[in-house]
Amino acid sequence: MPINITMPALSPTMEEGTLAKWLVKPGDAVGPGDVIAEIETDKATMEVEAVDEGRIAKIFVDEGSEGVKVNSVIAVLAEEGEDLDAIEAPAAAPAPTKVEAKVEAEAPAAANTPAAPAATPVTQTPSAPAAAASNGSRVFASPLAKRIAAEKGLDLSTIQGTGPRGRIVKADVINAKPGASKATASAASPDGLIMPQVLDDRVYAPDSYELKPLDGMSKTVARRLTESFMQIPHFPLNVDIKLDKLLSARKAINEAAPEGVKISVNDFLIKASAMALMAEPDCNASYTDNGFAYHNSAHISVAVAIDGGLITPVIRDAQTKGLAQISAEMKDLAKRARERKLAPQEYMGGTFSISNLGMFGIKSFASIINPPEGMIMSVGAGEKRPVVGSDGQLTAANIMTVTLTCDHRVIGGAEGAKWLQAFKKYVEAPESMLL
Amino acid sequence: MADAKNQFDLIVVGSGPGGYATAIRGAQLGMKTAIVERDKLGGICLNWGCIPTKALLRTSEVFHLMENAEAFGLGKVKPVAHIEKIVERSRGVSKQMENGIGFLMKKHKITVIQGTAKLQAGKPAPKVVVTGGAGEGTYTAKHVIMATGARARAIPQAGLVPDGDRIWSYREALVPNEVPKKLLVIGSGAIGIEFASFYNTLGSETTVIEALDRILPVEDAEISGFVDKQLSKQGMNLIKSAQVQNLTKGKNNVTAEVKLKDGKVEKITADVVIVAVGIVGNFEDTGLAEVGAKIDRTHVTVDGFGRTGVPGLYAIGDLTGPPWLAHKATHEGIVCVEKIAGQNPHEFKTDNIAGCTYCHPQVASVGLTEAAAKEKGHKVKVGRFPFIGNGKAVALGEPEGIIKTVFDEKTGELLGAHMAGAEVTELIQGFVIARQGELTEAEIMETIFPHPTLSEMMHESTLDAYDRAIHI
Repeated sequence: MPINITMPALSPTMEEGTLAKWLVKPGDAVGPGDVIAEIETDKATMEVEAVDEGRIAKIFVDEGSEGVKVNSVIAVLAEEGEDLDAIEAPAAAPAPTKVEAKVEAEAPAAANTPAAPAATPVTQTPSAPAAAASNGSRVFASPLAKRIAAEKGLDLSTIQGTGPRGRIVKADVINAKPGASKATASAASPDGLIMPQVLDDRVYAPDSYELKPLDGMSKTVARRLTESFMQIPHFPLNVDIKLDKLLSARKAINEAAPEGVKISVNDFLIKASAMALMAEPDCNASYTDNGFAYHNSAHISVAVAIDGGLITPVIRDAQTKGLAQISAEMKDLAKRARERKLAPQEYMGGTFSISNLGMFGIKSFASIINPPEGMIMSVGAGEKRPVVGSDGQLTAANIMTVTLTCDHRVIGGAEGAKWLQAFKKYVEAPESMLL
Repeated sequence: MADAKNQFDLIVVGSGPGGYATAIRGAQLGMKTAIVERDKLGGICLNWGCIPTKALLRTSEVFHLMENAEAFGLGKVKPVAHIEKIVERSRGVSKQMENGIGFLMKKHKITVIQGTAKLQAGKPAPKVVVTGGAGEGTYTAKHVIMATGARARAIPQAGLVPDGDRIWSYREALVPNEVPKKLLVIGSGAIGIEFASFYNTLGSETTVIEALDRILPVEDAEISGFVDKQLSKQGMNLIKSAQVQNLTKGKNNVTAEVKLKDGKVEKITADVVIVAVGIVGNFEDTGLAEVGAKIDRTHVTVDGFGRTGVPGLYAIGDLTGPPWLAHKATHEGIVCVEKIAGQNPHEFKTDNIAGCTYCHPQVASVGLTEAAAKEKGHKVKVGRFPFIGNGKAVALGEPEGIIKTVFDEKTGELLGAHMAGAEVTELIQGFVIARQGELTEAEIMETIFPHPTLSEMMHESTLDAYDRAIHI
């Protein structure tokens, strides 16, 4: 009997995805474990493996198809001896246990972190309903218009409706050009919260700039950062930290380390952050509508700038891991992040974030919180600065400035300060991390 | 000429369902309105079309039920058709409705001008010269809306010209003296099929000739096929892909030479021939062409608001082209007059106008057929639900029928709905509303349809398109 290959869910909340690429064509023989296709979600590209042995009889979803529903049949596999040409439609009775394509990338750390992604259900913010304008006012649109707009990636609040009482109907969405603004768009919206995000053709001639379409990641980044900055009362705390001991510890460790292991300053900071979160558990927290969520373990999100966006792979249970393991994981995650090959559970579910711009010589900066995490630490450049010692003498020391941005709904000023103290203590006396 | 009683804001020519509704809307919007009618108020629809045919078809429905009385646990009866009584009832229904229109005109203070109108060049709108009736005279208005309708098409080359004797148009077919023993209907559109159904039920040995390869050719092919089977079962002889080459009148009959699909010519003799081969617009003798309106074959060319391009002159309804339906004319007229009154109506479009055919089984449809949808490049999801799976249909003794829905796979748009079976003409509005409101399959699926009703099949057909039907 032919076997259906269905669209896999890359995460518990995934409803649809883009079939980016087929790596097989009808007639190809495949075996369990063979990569047959690549699937894209808003943040990652994933490989789909065949589970069964057979030959690809038919492919139902074209390469590049967006919005392919999870569990819809994307191809049919013929078992040995079956006539490929005879198979036209998906097999009639899908057997769910057999048909699901297996997704390759399990988080490397998943083995010793049971069900970590599922245990942090607050991670994903549900997408805003299509009917809500970016300024929060209601947009009147027909269900069909909403669906077509969603498919075309159009913001309904930028479209002028021509239906009864200005309702947006199918024709309006069909005729709308991406990025076009309705006549009133150049004026501030009445409730004054957010300006419509379009360029007014009268001010910026369309040929005076290049418009690069938003991809899934850009949209997600824009939406999440806006939500975070709009909704969360941010406050920054900063402190200078001496790095000399950490730098010499790093030197010693790297000299003693086996070939191929090289611990970075950042690896130390990940470890120190996790230790500080354990020391100040009130800070390992998320604000939720149901109450304050205090996380049991320190899952450290590390911001990685990648081409066309930003992603935060997570070092899980960082307090339990040695520097070598953190270093190895980080290298692997960063590499795959740049290739957009992270599985959702590898960039979701953090409890604290680190963003480091020290390599650019930035002295200090304050980041936007990565919700639902309660704090994010911004790390500036480590540099030689004059220091006045307790004896009044001026000396030079390696100093970096870190800025801790806190969600004031869950972290108080004193809690944040205590956390910084703990963090500073670990960094300035790295041997204490060994305790 | 300066006579104020002959001056209006709006004159509507023709009082069919397009004209009278337009006049009422104009009056509602504060215009001093007149309507010109050469015959009876209500036009073809009320007097010679929609309404009297429905009265006749109701008779044939009762006849059919009586014939089948035993199936409902009643004693056997042999119904007898008294054709003069049947016609009398039908005329009575028309008369009652016509009186109703007269009342509505009075209520809205619309001046009814009896006579035949002809346009003459004038400003700001053409003048309306009325002759041949109590309302003779010259009338002026700021706006003139032509709603003169259409009539049956004749094809003289093939002898398809109603003569009022044995070669009938719908007009004669509505007031028969007797039920013909043998009837030949030429054309299998709504009008041809309705008369064929009526006479066949009352006992005429009925043959229908269709030039295209299926009956009801504007319907979805599946519906055509379904109705073909049902009518054939009722004893109707349906000849497709055939052309009537000429009609020869005998003493008591008419003989048609019919060229069949295979090229052979067959002679069919019948007592009566009904010609139902289409519609032509009533544009002649109206002065339309003379004052500058553009005529395309027999129809006036207008924009989405009924404007002819001649200042102050508008046209609506059958006169402007297909679909030739009363509800099309009414809506087109209302859009036209609201625009004149400075309102902001939506441009008239023909893409969401349902068509209904009142044969047994009834046929109703809206939107694109499956074939047309595919031709337009849609990837479609098609749902079907048979009447046999619906409790109400079976209880009614009407288990023959189908509801077919066509959705766009990508957007869930209801592209079309096609139905055949009992009372489907009353059901189709549900899908028309869904389309007008641009609902997708999701909203229809979430709608709770009352049980037990035939309407549940509309739900089931939608569910079936997504492989979720419950009762099949």
